[in-house]
Amino acid sequence: MRLSRQSDRIGLLVLPGLAYLGLIYALPLFLLLLKSFRDATGDLSVVEFVQIFNDPLQRSIMARTLRVAFLVTVLALVIAWPTAIVMRRAKGKWLTLFLVAMILPMSLGVVVKAFAWSILFRTNGFINQSLMALGLTDAPVRLLFTETALVIGAANVFLPFMVLPIYAVLQQQDPNLPDAAATLGAGPYQRFFKVVLPLALPGVVAGCAFVFSMAVSMYVIPSLIIGERQQTVAMQIARSFLFLRNEQLGSSLSTILLLIAVSVVLASSWLASRLGARQ
Amino acid sequence: MTGTDRFFRVLCWVVALCVVVFMLFPLVITVLVSFSASQVYTLPPPEWSLRWYQALGRRTGLLDALLLSLNLALISTVISLVLGTAAAIGVARGQFRGRAALATFAVSPLMMPGLVLGVAMLQFFREIGLRDAYWSLLLAHIVITLPFIMRTLLAAMGSFDFSLVDAARTLGMSYPRAVAKVLIPNLAPAYLTGGLFAFLASMDNYPISIFLTDVFNRTLPIRMLQYMEESPDPSIAAISTGLIMLAVIALAVAARTVGLNRLITG
Repeated sequence: MRLSRQSDRIGLLVLPGLAYLGLIYALPLFLLLLKSFRDATGDLSVVEFVQIFNDPLQRSIMARTLRVAFLVTVLALVIAWPTAIVMRRAKGKWLTLFLVAMILPMSLGVVVKAFAWSILFRTNGFINQSLMALGLTDAPVRLLFTETALVIGAANVFLPFMVLPIYAVLQQQDPNLPDAAATLGAGPYQRFFKVVLPLALPGVVAGCAFVFSMAVSMYVIPSLIIGERQQTVAMQIARSFLFLRNEQLGSSLSTILLLIAVSVVLASSWLASRLGARQ
Repeated sequence: MTGTDRFFRVLCWVVALCVVVFMLFPLVITVLVSFSASQVYTLPPPEWSLRWYQALGRRTGLLDALLLSLNLALISTVISLVLGTAAAIGVARGQFRGRAALATFAVSPLMMPGLVLGVAMLQFFREIGLRDAYWSLLLAHIVITLPFIMRTLLAAMGSFDFSLVDAARTLGMSYPRAVAKVLIPNLAPAYLTGGLFAFLASMDNYPISIFLTDVFNRTLPIRMLQYMEESPDPSIAAISTGLIMLAVIALAVAARTVGLNRLITG
């Protein structure tokens, strides 16, 4: 009796943190949602969203944002998978090297990394110099202000968030499983698609969701690498608040971004729990 | 092992080594550029020099920005550690329903687009009449740091044996004292990891802070981006090199005390 009363009271310890997040985090987001669904007179409406989706410029900005986020996620996944596989087998100095290559960039600000890429992509920058030195191109290629550069730079910044969840699930696997499957006569492709990949799927899903939701809302990287001419939704939001003073547009775009991020997170956790239940 | 196996194994190693280069290369370039004598970013530099480090002294507001960022990161991390410890104990030991949902909620700011949070807070603070930039930034940075602390503490307390705390209480300690003397020392690696990543996240934050600053309160990332737009010379590389060195030192300390592998698994 006494014990259960004590643990009831211990539950109250969540209140200060919960109240703080409720007041400074959840309430502002809720008010933002509310505001974006109201028109100038304060009535509930979706006029603003209809206008956004009817505007060809806004549609192309949204398409670019989603396309870039998708490509970043795919690129990150394609190079993260082999890296995570190798990291799981690596030991000692090799493992340290891989871990440092993930954690050191992760602990640096995005401004530092985006700046580094803007140097590398310059017309007289290192990448162009190497391309010309190798004879692959005669004149400098325009890299800065292209979507390709943005995808490469963003994949670099977000890669650790793809590698680490996959590495974490691979570590929990029994390393002898593929060999066991081989003993039972499974070929390399069968072993990959029937054993290794299904067991690692929760990590892949978590990594993809994390990278996609960060890439869809990134702001610093595109503003340094791609500039003002090819905008993304996040850049539109910042502009409409900081320069254009068009807060209604900014709020509505924020709501769209918020809904995308939340649905990606919800879908991924639903998928991850289903995958978990199946095992 | 078949030939296909060997082929894929080699392929994986090749990709992984390229990834290491891909990840570390931008940082190496930044450090090299900062020691170049040239105004443009040619590599290798025509001559080595420290002129961009000397140029930092002429950057107005750089020191103020650094001090503000350190101030915000330190205070918000400490407040989050206090709030987070209490909340994580409540989730781990409490007997109420919806604890899992509460844990998800506490970690959810990590998944939210920063810019959207910034916009929402800007409008909210304006509505309640909070005009002071420093306090707005501090309130926002606690929302940035708290989820990092909650994530590691929730994981660590999930596997912590709370009968140790009960034992300390039987020996006459008050609950807060038992937490300070038994729980926190036992979970020191989690505190270090969570605290480190929370601190770095606050130091680095741009998308939330940009909506809450004023002329007198510019954080370091905001100042740096402003310099890049005004006069993008290699002195920005010099600032970046300083930050890279800080991160290397922080990681070396963390690697010595908790180990790199624990750092990422919590």
